[in-house]
Amino acid sequence: MDRSRRIVLKGAGATGALAAALAAGLLRPGVAAAAWNKAAFDAKTTADAMKALGYAGAVESKDIQIRAPEIAENGAVVPIDITSNIPGTTSISVFIEKNPFPYTGTFDVSQGALPFVHLRAKIGESSPVRVVVTAGGKHFTAAKEVKVTIGGCGG
Amino acid sequence: MQKSFRAALATCCAVAAATLAHAQTDPTTEDFEKFRAVMEDANPAELWEVKGEQLWKTRRGPKNASLEQCDLGLGPGVVKGAYVQLPRYFADVGTVMDAERRIVHCMVTLQGFSFEEIAKRPFSSGNYTPDPVSIVTFVAAQSRDMKIAVPQSHPKERATWELGKAIFHYRAGPWDFSCATCHGEDGKRIRTQNLPNFTKHDQAPRSFIGWPGYRMTGGVMHSLQWRMNDCFRQQRFPEPGYASDTITALLTYMGVNSNGFVYKGPGIKR
Amino acid sequence: MADPMKIRASLQGDVADVRVLMAHPMETGQRKDASGNVVPQHFIQTITAQLNGKPVFGADISQAISRNPVFAFKVKGAKAGDKLSITWIDNKGDKRTDEVVVGGG
Repeated sequence: MDRSRRIVLKGAGATGALAAALAAGLLRPGVAAAAWNKAAFDAKTTADAMKALGYAGAVESKDIQIRAPEIAENGAVVPIDITSNIPGTTSISVFIEKNPFPYTGTFDVSQGALPFVHLRAKIGESSPVRVVVTAGGKHFTAAKEVKVTIGGCGG
Repeated sequence: MQKSFRAALATCCAVAAATLAHAQTDPTTEDFEKFRAVMEDANPAELWEVKGEQLWKTRRGPKNASLEQCDLGLGPGVVKGAYVQLPRYFADVGTVMDAERRIVHCMVTLQGFSFEEIAKRPFSSGNYTPDPVSIVTFVAAQSRDMKIAVPQSHPKERATWELGKAIFHYRAGPWDFSCATCHGEDGKRIRTQNLPNFTKHDQAPRSFIGWPGYRMTGGVMHSLQWRMNDCFRQQRFPEPGYASDTITALLTYMGVNSNGFVYKGPGIKR
Repeated sequence: MADPMKIRASLQGDVADVRVLMAHPMETGQRKDASGNVVPQHFIQTITAQLNGKPVFGADISQAISRNPVFAFKVKGAKAGDKLSITWIDNKGDKRTDEVVVGGG
């Protein structure tokens, strides 16, 4: 599934004209504000966010590698590397389950990027970092626990 | 909120004083080190390098001049390698200056900025970064991977080192602390932070090589001026004046003790 | 105007290894300032990367991405001299585009 189709699906609230423009490929992917899935970003649980994204029922997979610290030195900046070994991967989504708004983002790798992303996120308290990979229109998931420590006063 | 922050700090430093633990290579520390390399590979400090370079090259201030004629010790306009040879003696002012102090001196003399104005708000907070902090980040980056070689040939440079050593060991304040209380013995730490022993040659560079630093807490860029000042605040000392002799002396002590090691900054800090 | 991004795009075979630093406060809308007022939400929402004008990578993100965001990704089929541009747009409609040459140090 390419990004523009994903955007049309996500942008259910978009006007007909915008949806048509998107479908026709007149707008560059990601540039259309309507693409940003407010319902998913506003969801207070991972389950609700996944539902809003159409990811409900994602299947557990061992082919998703999540590299993140066991214990984060600083919860304000937690480095996360994600690599999908699932053939045909088109997007990688991240949910920090214990954050007030778990859905952290979706990275579109359907148009010539390798199925990899490095990001740095705020993690408010120790939490599973859940990843959903979309490949061939199907959804796969894996998670890794990150512990967040209380800060020191040095630095 | 301010109150609880101070209370937390007090607890934090009381922990440091009372129960400084052995901090050798435990798994947590190793994990931190592993990911610190990831952090250093893409360090937001580079954003301030870019900003600092623009500030260095742009004609600004009442005299509408750039800093490109600023002499950081290697001749007017020479930036490459200057940072690892600071603090040093400057004949034009008859005193020893550290990097940031010299930059501020140039901003005042070449560009006509007011020292008092700069000193009013010298440290980064929130979305505010003082210009000297951006500029010192740019200057420091032009010494990355070069050997630290803080000079001690001039008598005033040696006297400044002696003064820095004395300040480092000077115990005072309501808690009877000195810099050496936390940084004068091996194996101490504050919670998860290992504290280098600055009196030892092999540990001394652990601070010096990583500043100026991007601080993940708050997401701001800080220079050694701030770092020194903050140590005094944590000790409950009266804080030294911005760009003062006290700070230059401490930085001379730390810099000379770090001589021979490779400068790795600007760094990324907890 | 927003501060420039710092982009690095090094070449590993035919893959561009891209790393980008963005200057942005990424305010969550949950933090209070010194006077106790809530700092309004202000964060990047969408990012797109183009190789010679063709979209190759995109992201929709939340306020949970760290302040002064850092991302890395890898683009297939790149060669030295290609132009890689990145654009971000935030929730206030501010945007910023910067470009680098692949393999250009």
